[in-house]
Amino acid sequence: MNIRSIKSLNGKKTRKGLSYGHAIPYLENVEIKGRFIVIEGPDASGRSTQIELLSSKLEADGHAVLNAGLRRSELIGQGILDAKRNFVLGRRTISLFYAADFADQLENKIIPGLRSGYIVLSDRYIYTLMAREAVRGISSSWSHNLYSFALRPDIVFYLDVDPNELVHRVFKKNSYLDYYESGTDLRLSDNMLESFIMYQKLLRKQFKRMQRRYNIISIDGNRSIIEINQDLQKRIDDYLTNLQNH
Amino acid sequence: MAYRKNNTKKIIPMKGKLIVVEGIDGSGKSTQLRLLEKWLISRNIPVFFTEWNSSETVRQITKKGKKSGRLTPITFSLLHATDFADRYERNILPLLHAGYIVLADRYVYTAYARDIVRGCNTDWVKKIYEFAMKPEIVFYFKVPIDVAVDRILSGRPRLKYYEAGMDLNLSNDPYESYRIFQSRIIDQYESLSLTENFTVVDGTMEIEESQKLLRSIVMKLLPQSITQNIRRPRRVEYQINKIT
Repeated sequence: MNIRSIKSLNGKKTRKGLSYGHAIPYLENVEIKGRFIVIEGPDASGRSTQIELLSSKLEADGHAVLNAGLRRSELIGQGILDAKRNFVLGRRTISLFYAADFADQLENKIIPGLRSGYIVLSDRYIYTLMAREAVRGISSSWSHNLYSFALRPDIVFYLDVDPNELVHRVFKKNSYLDYYESGTDLRLSDNMLESFIMYQKLLRKQFKRMQRRYNIISIDGNRSIIEINQDLQKRIDDYLTNLQNH
Repeated sequence: MAYRKNNTKKIIPMKGKLIVVEGIDGSGKSTQLRLLEKWLISRNIPVFFTEWNSSETVRQITKKGKKSGRLTPITFSLLHATDFADRYERNILPLLHAGYIVLADRYVYTAYARDIVRGCNTDWVKKIYEFAMKPEIVFYFKVPIDVAVDRILSGRPRLKYYEAGMDLNLSNDPYESYRIFQSRIIDQYESLSLTENFTVVDGTMEIEESQKLLRSIVMKLLPQSITQNIRRPRRVEYQINKIT
């Protein structure tokens, strides 16, 4: 277990949230009370639906829930979108931009939430960013170092959807394939559909590669929303009850 | 997939040269680099000047963050890395490939020094900037803290929050904070000076004198094809002088 209890405060145990590496001392040991759950998965894999369902259930059970995610920081969020839309930035620059944005979210939203005892549900985390970078030829040791300041979550789920199934969900949702989610910048194929499937397969491969190192739980995302939700909910409930018994 | 290797491993010959100046504010490095630029331009040498924290795309965001006082050591570090990467990917590297002499007013060493002073782990910072090529030469403008601080504080009395290192809680007085912050930066430069093989320039020398020294050193670094270009106009001048 990457988190250990140190003392009891306000009925909730204050614990040490640990970062992956040693980027900066004040993030290596963070005093937290809440729990940190991450849902990873490709676009249209049902992440936000699941987060909504999980949030309502957890709140109904009396937990304070905070939603977080990538690309939502007040600091940079819009800047990344603008830059991407104008196709101006290089790959390394985009990676660092995302890392800065992520750091801002981590320090200004996720950690304060965990400090005050929230269950933080994060819609994607560093793993998506690292997978995207790896697929774009950036060395994984560079990415692992870059994100080593990140706090280790309590649980990380990966909604694993077959790219051939995923494409139908995307069409159902948007009726078109997103430029970046199709990895069009990689020029895998002139055919957008083929490019999408190839790109998603590459990302999936990267997730499989990271699975053990980052303790990522793979969830069969080819099932229905309800089935997936029951699966996730059960695992989270088991985790939370397990904690109470200790 | 084959594209990955093809995209990144292709080796393009590096025809240009990267020349860097480092030193604290008020060490005279920017003045010297600008003079170097004027000299190279006057010799028709393709030259590109790049400054720290100047990428248009990123600067707006850094500015906003600085204004709101929202930046932490990590975001401060990463935004400056983004700024550097943008200039590196879009200007520095392609221009070096194209044969330019790239003059950089501050380079990765500024990030090392500032981020380490702000408490970031040395290895973490260095690894982030690993993608940046090693310069041909780094001139480190060494100057006593009092000289540099006097130069800055006499001309520009209002210090910005991060510039003065106020985020480090060194002192409530911005001037005092600035002074302590800069002296810590100097300590970092001093240790980098040894490991990164800086060419140390005495920052208290007269401007003309330093410039003469810099030009003589840079002259030797220029590719032969370029130095021939430098000599040619001189010979022409000489002949003209003789005739008249």
